[in-house]
Formats: sequence, structure tokens, C-alpha cells
Amino acid sequence: MPHDHHDHQHGPSPSGHPYRADNDGPLTYWQRMEIAVRELLVEKGHMTAAEISAQIDAMDERSPARGAAVVARAWSDPDFRAQLLEDASAAVRGFGLDIGPLNLIAVENTDRVHNLVVCTLCSCYPRDLLGLPPDWYKTRAYRSRAVFEPRKVLREFGVELPADTTVRVHDSTADMRYVVVPARPPGTEGMTEEALARLVTRDAMIGTGLAKRP
Amino acid sequence: MANRVRVKALAAPGHVRAPFYLRGRTGVIERELGVFGNPEQLAYGLPAEEKPLYRVRFTMAEIWGAAAERQDDTLDAEIYGHWLEKV
Repeated sequence: MPHDHHDHQHGPSPSGHPYRADNDGPLTYWQRMEIAVRELLVEKGHMTAAEISAQIDAMDERSPARGAAVVARAWSDPDFRAQLLEDASAAVRGFGLDIGPLNLIAVENTDRVHNLVVCTLCSCYPRDLLGLPPDWYKTRAYRSRAVFEPRKVLREFGVELPADTTVRVHDSTADMRYVVVPARPPGTEGMTEEALARLVTRDAMIGTGLAKRP
Repeated sequence: MANRVRVKALAAPGHVRAPFYLRGRTGVIERELGVFGNPEQLAYGLPAEEKPLYRVRFTMAEIWGAAAERQDDTLDAEIYGHWLEKV
């Protein structure tokens, strides 16, 4: 019988995937606190509900495309590249990106050096440039293994480095955030910045990947 | 601040941003980052002193000894000046 139960679904959906549970549970302390503060701010006229929605939209719109545009500029413009490596916050602001109070350091992959970014203490990530971090970036597995066995972690991400490459791991322990400038792939001479940016993946800017080849 | 520094091997309670795996380890200052509010006070909503912050570079051999994947690979971390001592 397909319907021995009448009040709710059991077992997987026809596609085989389990149904997602309804979020009918009680609110947590912090959910109640968020709602209370938000409603008070609106009631007291400090901000409108529309402004809050617009800010959530603005945060959700941040994506690795922003970082990719910065990398493509660095590949195309030697002066910008030099400035980015010298003072990344100023270079990115000069490029026209609003990164708020972000303190940014850019580290460059070369044929001798490969850089990898991690935050062992929590999940610090350059959200203004890359959007929200991937779930794996926040796991204890990545956070603990990236500093102890980065080469093994890189191999699991499909990154095979030449034997003479030095790995430099960057642990975002305090106030700085890090972005990796991946090495420019061969065969990209003469490509436009827009086309180059499409080769720059999120993982390439964390250091767990390489830029794509055209 | 000396070029070669050791992370103090303290076990201070509370919110501290000097990771345990680097305490007692010696590295070199990669660059000076300027001053930032002390997170050990900021975390509790207290008025924070400004503390100098440094990027310190350690070799994997210094951190993990013989267990390191590659002795001369490196790890850079940001450490506040009050957690560093001259070597």
C-alpha cells in the first residue's frame, strides 16, 4: 500500500532522494535574537525591511567572479600585478571593487611556488572577493589537514605539483584575508581579460585548484 | 622586533588567536602588518589595546619535525607581537 500513513511522507521521493524535513522546530536562541533585533531596528526607524533585503541581496551577489576579474587584470597588467602583490587592499579598491574594511594579501603562484589558504581557527575567507566559502573550507578535516599534509590534500583536489615546487600554506589566524593569484596557464596569450577571468576558478584562488586551460 | 621569533608557549585561557600548533615554534617575520585591536579583549566587548601584528613564516620541519611532508615547505600565520619573543 502506498499510503499506510496519512499525515506525512515516509521514505524517499519518487526520484529516490529523501524528502527534506520541514523546519517546524522551535527557534533557537540566536534565531529569536536576530528576529527581535531586526524588528526593533525597523520599528524604531533605523532601517527599513527593504534595506535589509537589499543588503542580503548584495551579500549574496558576491561571487568568485569578482576575484576572477582581479586575477585576470593582474595577468594582463604588470603594474597592477605589482601593486596587487604589494598592497592588495589598495589595488582592489583602485580596480573599483567595494571591499569594505577588508585587509587583503595576494600571494602569487609561480613555477616554483604554490600557495594554499586555510583558516585553522575558524573560517576566515575573503568573502568580498569570493562570496561565501565552500562547506569543505569550514570542516575540521580541511582546517587540520591543510597545515599538516597540504600536498596530500592538494592531490585529493586533483592538483599534482612538480617535485621542485615549494608549498606555502597561509593560515588566516587574525586580521588579514588571503587570495591566491594562480599561475597564468600556457596558451592564453592575447586573450581578453573577460576571457581570462573565465579560467579563474574559486578553488584556484584558495589554492586547492589551478586555473583552467583554454 | 627581531627577525627570528618564537611563539610564546603559553596556555592562556579565553579567546586567543595564536594557534596551539605554533606555540613554542620559531619562525622569521615575513612582514609587519601594522597595529590592530587586541582580539583577546575585543572578543569580550572590552576596550581593546592596539597590538602590532606580524606575519611569521615557519618551516614545516620546525612545526612537525620528521613527520613533515616536505621539510622546506612553509606555513605563514599572523601572530600578535605580545605572543612573540626574540630568539
